[in-house]
Amino acid sequence: MADKATIIVQSGDFDKLYSALIVATGALSMGMEASMFFTFWGLQRLKKGQLEAGPLSKMHFLGLGKWMVKRRMKKANVVSLERLLEDFVELGGKLMACDMTMEIMGISREDLRDDLINDYCAVGSYIKEARESSITLFI
Amino acid sequence: MGDISIDCVGQNCPVPLVETRKALRKASPGDVVEVTGTHPSSKREIPMAAEAMGLEILDVVEDGERWTIRIRK
Repeated sequence: MADKATIIVQSGDFDKLYSALIVATGALSMGMEASMFFTFWGLQRLKKGQLEAGPLSKMHFLGLGKWMVKRRMKKANVVSLERLLEDFVELGGKLMACDMTMEIMGISREDLRDDLINDYCAVGSYIKEARESSITLFI
Repeated sequence: MGDISIDCVGQNCPVPLVETRKALRKASPGDVVEVTGTHPSSKREIPMAAEAMGLEILDVVEDGERWTIRIRK
């Protein structure tokens, strides 16, 4: 089995995207390969200008909770999602976008960050990645 | 490329680990990558990453909260 981590990013929540990107960049940093398959609400975050726009999965409180968490993160010197995504791409991570989600939600390639996305694909491509991965996660 | 020194003082998870990996990718075989930081878990995890990649950890030096790790590519 290859030393690879494959993550399905189904959630578009701010905090869950942190979990996904930290695990993915962590895997790359430990010398593994990493792939992220963005689907449903997760894919919304790959639209231009939407990476940081998700709500908190708990205690969002119409944005007040997120504002407080972001303030605490800034104090703790936690980097932005944008920075983590840049690192993921720089370290050779692979970004996959679910084409069915694009069709259902009326998303075109022009709406997405096409320059970063390696593949527009479906479940077969995810399974191909996952079956050769020692770590697979659904977030 | 030559030896590389990176400063991750004050940086939180996962930055010291990620920056170490970036430096190791840029380094040539035989080069030494030196990383300094203060994030407690990274002090243990950067050597784990180096070991997983089969690289030699030259030393880990601690000075209060601050640590410096040297890895040979």
